[in-house]
Amino acid sequence: MLDSKIPEGELSQKWTKYKSSVPLVNPANKRNLEVIVVGSGLAGSAAAASLAEMGYKVKVFCFQDSPRRAHSIAAQGGINAAKNYQNDGDSVYRLFYDTIKGGDYRAREANVHRLSEVSGNIIDQCVAQGVPFAREYGGLLSNRSFGGTQVQRTFYAAGQTGQQLLLGAYSALSRQIGMGAVKMYSRHEMLDVVVVDGKAKGIIARDLVTGKLERHSGHAVLLCSGGYGNVFYLSTNAMGSNVTAAWKAHKRGALFANPCFTQIHPTCIPVSGDHQSKLTLMSESLRNDGRIWVPKLKNDNRKANEIPEEERDYYLERRYPAFGNLVPRDVASRAAKERCDAGYGVGTSKMAVYLDFSFNMDRYGRIEANKHGLNNPSPEEIRKMGKEVIAEKYGNLFDMYKQITGENPYEVPMRIYPAVHYTMGGLWVDYNLMTNVPGLYALGEANFSDHGANRLGASALMQGLADGYFIIPYTIGAYLSNEIRSAAIPTDHAEFVACEDHVRNQLERLKNVNGTKSVDHFHKSLGKIMWDKCGMGRKGER
Amino acid sequence: MKLTLKIWRQENSNASGKFQTYQVSDVSPDMSFLEMIDVLNEKLIVKNEDPIAFDHDCREGICGMCSMVINGRPHGPLKGVTTCQLHMRSFKEGDTIVIEPWRANSFPVLKDLIVDRTAFDRVIASGGYISVNTGNAQDANNIPISKIDADEAFGSASCIGCGACVAACPNGSAMLFVSAKVNQLSKLPQGQPERNVRVLDMVAQMDKEGFGFCSNTGACEADCPKEISLTNIAALNRDYLKASLMDQ
Repeated sequence: MLDSKIPEGELSQKWTKYKSSVPLVNPANKRNLEVIVVGSGLAGSAAAASLAEMGYKVKVFCFQDSPRRAHSIAAQGGINAAKNYQNDGDSVYRLFYDTIKGGDYRAREANVHRLSEVSGNIIDQCVAQGVPFAREYGGLLSNRSFGGTQVQRTFYAAGQTGQQLLLGAYSALSRQIGMGAVKMYSRHEMLDVVVVDGKAKGIIARDLVTGKLERHSGHAVLLCSGGYGNVFYLSTNAMGSNVTAAWKAHKRGALFANPCFTQIHPTCIPVSGDHQSKLTLMSESLRNDGRIWVPKLKNDNRKANEIPEEERDYYLERRYPAFGNLVPRDVASRAAKERCDAGYGVGTSKMAVYLDFSFNMDRYGRIEANKHGLNNPSPEEIRKMGKEVIAEKYGNLFDMYKQITGENPYEVPMRIYPAVHYTMGGLWVDYNLMTNVPGLYALGEANFSDHGANRLGASALMQGLADGYFIIPYTIGAYLSNEIRSAAIPTDHAEFVACEDHVRNQLERLKNVNGTKSVDHFHKSLGKIMWDKCGMGRKGER
Repeated sequence: MKLTLKIWRQENSNASGKFQTYQVSDVSPDMSFLEMIDVLNEKLIVKNEDPIAFDHDCREGICGMCSMVINGRPHGPLKGVTTCQLHMRSFKEGDTIVIEPWRANSFPVLKDLIVDRTAFDRVIASGGYISVNTGNAQDANNIPISKIDADEAFGSASCIGCGACVAACPNGSAMLFVSAKVNQLSKLPQGQPERNVRVLDMVAQMDKEGFGFCSNTGACEADCPKEISLTNIAALNRDYLKASLMDQ
């Protein structure tokens, strides 16, 4: 029933061959073809800017007040690319292989190889746009390793890589808006896809200021609307990232793939109470110097510093002596949940474990003391020098933790707990990034194809920009070259009217319930069911 | 904690607004400021009253969507912190907190605490970019950029476009926002070809949007949650003067 349309031939030659044989749309025809882009994150902004540069007419929709605020902006770590600038043996094949292996061999190989091939172009494009990546003193780009890979292929801009990449894509998009090639609809939420004769031909959107429903017609619809992490209520996703667009597409027949593949990140700041609205991620790099432990005693109510060394259970070091605190994300997350469920959790909620830097602070302190030739330094002096080393490495994260929890992590261990962070599953797409509904595409986190069962660090930004800048501009031609004869569907077409009525009826039905519970109340209750029953651990029938 | 909130309520951009007083109790010091408003809104919704409309999204201090003037200061009392990262432990039992929207001619109020900041987007669309189509780039390491310049460009680029600078400025000037973008691109070799035309176009658009003039009060820098430096404005002035002379 589903045809993934993967080109024939050798894996490494598929994309090259595809590019030179995919049908093109001539410039005069592009001017008559309109593309609707839903979402303005890395995938959406990059796609909209690139398609407009090529000559298509583009409409972009985002629910925020400006396209620059999409949640791609919150990504911290970095973006992978097989540039091999560090001369450490990286290659397109190695990036492909690491991504496939990291995803437990469940990603689509042809898509991942293509992703790896275009990864270098992304860095070139972003630098040309003025994205201020970190640099070495010689003026060349700096790299770091990420997520346990053996090569240094991650490009970064301090802890704000997502922000800088999105602002780059936003500037390219803004240029097209300024030239009139893109029409921007901010504070608009897509509420349905209009399907005419089996093809996606437009959307119903709501103006979030006036509340009015609008009909928008186009020759293709690109969903760049992110993942579904917020179905768990608490996640590190933004408040407005509510998966409505992808869900409505699903209700119109677009199939969903691998919805169980949710990435749960082990180092998040734990829930502080019922009022909690979202969770904050702290970079995984903290596990390099933090040791994870819980008390050996169940329901131990003593403060962390009052629990003597021999009464602490460094459970990751105990269970996985080879990896210790650096076990993969999923292992660390499951182990934390297991300890808390067994009654060993810490903090007021008991749903947290300690991430303790004191051991390594003292280790660094002694190294510093040696460096400075200090004889018999006091424990206080050692700790002070160690703190400075830790501050240099993780200062911004420690400040953020203190801002949110009110605790000073230089003095007491951090409390951490796993949280929903990214969704590898999403709308099923073929090699062209088209869903099974012709003319309806899914890009970035909204689709399912590139990360298998587990996404590697610094790969989300890569995929969003690859889909937007370097893949959809080619693959959309395969569909639109057959649409050049079809005029735009007028928005008074029966299907548009019916679709708007459907949306209006549903909104009114919900509004007229006149219940006594808020929307958030239901979201919270349903999210708790998802987290408890479909979260980190699951066994048998429930 | 028990608190008294005086919150600006305004039906729409044409209506006249007024402060309304709300009493909130059971405020936990661990709540973020926005979560405190969430809890108040839950209560208003259950009572069938209109909840307080406010902008927010990422709630981790980076998207730039949240925007409230708290006790007279954009993003509240703490330095370098957005409203969403402000926590209630910064207040004490019995406090009265006054909450208003950004106030500036160029940011009309849409409802309650929500303002229209699309003027910023139009300023960026007038020239806040480097004109390079997708696929036109050369290899990223072909042009070395000194670490000092790259770091300075990054410092300017960390602006989140929230508009606190405009709200803080007694003149409602957008100079800090505009200068941060101008200076980011002026610091980079890729930004040179359009350097003059960019600053002229962006300043022209800024004026057209009705933002006030800069009189160097420095309120913008003091209240900027990302601590964007006032030196950006000096750099913009220099670029603008040079571009104007060359334009003659």
